[in-house]
Amino acid sequence: MLAFLGRRVLIAIPTIILISIFVFGMQKLLPGDPVLAMAGEERDPEVLAYLREKYRLNDPVIVQYFNWIGNALRGDLGISLRTNQPVTELIGEKLPVTIQLAVMALIIAMVIGIPAGVLSAYKKGTWIDWVANTVALSGLSVPNFWLGIMMILLVSVKLGWLPASGYQPLSEDPLQSIKTMLMPAFVLGTGIAATLMRHTRSAMLGVLKSDYVRTARAKGLAERVVLVKHALRNALVPIVTVTTLLFGELLAGAVLTEQIFTIPGFGKLVVDAVFNRDYAVVQGIVLCTGIAFIAMNILADATYRILNPRMNDQ
Amino acid sequence: MTSVTDPQSKFSDPVPDAGRQSRFWKKFRANPAAILGGVLVVFFVLVALLAPVLPIVDPVATDWLAVRKAPSMAHPFGTDEIGRDVLSRMIWGAQASLLAGVVSVAIAVMLGVPLGVLAGYRRGWTDATISRVTEALLAAPFLILAIALAAFLGPSLTNAMIAIGLSAMPIFIRLSRAQTMAVMTEDYVESARAIGLGDVALIRRYILPNIFPPILVQSTLTIATAIIAEASLSFLGLGQQPPAPSWGSMLNTAKNFLEQAPWMALYPGIAIFLVVLGFNLLGDGLRDALDPRDH
Repeated sequence: MLAFLGRRVLIAIPTIILISIFVFGMQKLLPGDPVLAMAGEERDPEVLAYLREKYRLNDPVIVQYFNWIGNALRGDLGISLRTNQPVTELIGEKLPVTIQLAVMALIIAMVIGIPAGVLSAYKKGTWIDWVANTVALSGLSVPNFWLGIMMILLVSVKLGWLPASGYQPLSEDPLQSIKTMLMPAFVLGTGIAATLMRHTRSAMLGVLKSDYVRTARAKGLAERVVLVKHALRNALVPIVTVTTLLFGELLAGAVLTEQIFTIPGFGKLVVDAVFNRDYAVVQGIVLCTGIAFIAMNILADATYRILNPRMNDQ
Repeated sequence: MTSVTDPQSKFSDPVPDAGRQSRFWKKFRANPAAILGGVLVVFFVLVALLAPVLPIVDPVATDWLAVRKAPSMAHPFGTDEIGRDVLSRMIWGAQASLLAGVVSVAIAVMLGVPLGVLAGYRRGWTDATISRVTEALLAAPFLILAIALAAFLGPSLTNAMIAIGLSAMPIFIRLSRAQTMAVMTEDYVESARAIGLGDVALIRRYILPNIFPPILVQSTLTIATAIIAEASLSFLGLGQQPPAPSWGSMLNTAKNFLEQAPWMALYPGIAIFLVVLGFNLLGDGLRDALDPRDH
């Protein structure tokens, strides 16, 4: 396993270098002078020249790239133009909020998606299968920001059950924190639940046709035992892998969900940075999500190998 | 030369081709969900195309005497915060959504398919380079990449389409690369090469027609994703700019008037849901009908 992990990390290095080139190039290749954005209303040529010198923007582009990547490797992703805080610090502050939202969303998605997928596969071709498939496809077709707005209208405005916005850190008041995060997590989890349901159904359909399930049934085991202990346990291998890979979808969904529910997380940081032309923050976020996504891919592969030891022979 | 193009006969022969087509239509027609998807897509395309000739009020005309009016005979879907007709804005908004969906996918296909075919056909370092770049692009979540690109390009519908198209491109590179590699192992490609068919002719006559079905399915499904992405970017203020109507920007405004005018949020959302559902159902239907394993 260690050799496998080492190989996967080595393969990931060129991809990470390419991501860093994209992220750096995004700002360099596109029109607009970052110094003008930094200077704001101040257009004094001396100030502009000073800023260019300070941020070493007069250096050749290749030198600028190596300066930037060198700093990034030391954990320095630059300073936010808007808050004057180091980008790494900003990301570190906002990330736990989004992780809480993502974890809650994933739990909701698994609670809905996996049983629905199992049931749908088990009852293939019946009305239950049809309803589960229709609901899943609808879940994939609903824009989650609209679902969020509708949930606020129904659950907060009309029924007054849950708060429409706000955030309470988990460490300060866990119950209130979960309460405020419940609706956003449900909104974010819906699309993921639909994806999970479709994958679970497909994996279960394959497993239910296998010989060992037929043998388990022939032995006279209860249907529930066959389904959970024999079928689902084996179907879980691809499901766990897919779940790990849903990380990107969760992050992207969090951008809009946090915007609607005014949650001060990673997603809201991206949007605020975009509107304030806070390029260092945008670059830092794309770089971090890219690297995290690669890490999740490696984790998915490793999980797959742990759950399916036959892969180690290959 | 035509007499020796035997390997091609399998696909140039009109009889099996017609057989494949009729099998496809038979399977497609037998799938009610796919038909529903097709109907929804055709409906929204017609609405978008006919927007200029439909008897509806100007989508940007304000009426200060009809601010946030509930649905009525005069305004079937109500009015917005400055008295504009919601139905009229939705009909014109369909143009922006469908245009964004189709154009961004066209960008993704036009850039992604040639690169994918090149990688799958040439292999070696060409493949290695294209594959590494694709992996790097795939590493950033679709919407975050689109947001970052739209932010750097500047907010407008055109830039949103470019950003979505570039973000969706890696999917098509991967798909066409894999499909090309699969087709390359077929005997008829070997035979065509043996008789000295050039690279361009081989790609045009054997590879492109064979990779077309999965690309079509993926395009249909990606249009659905692109429509949601455009609505998301417009919702964030990075897509269609006011006062031009778009479903995403209508929802962005509507969220501020949820208590006073819930209809402002209800209808544009339903429209996005239905059109996206239509493309998803159509894509799933096309995939099932084109799946050779079921024949």
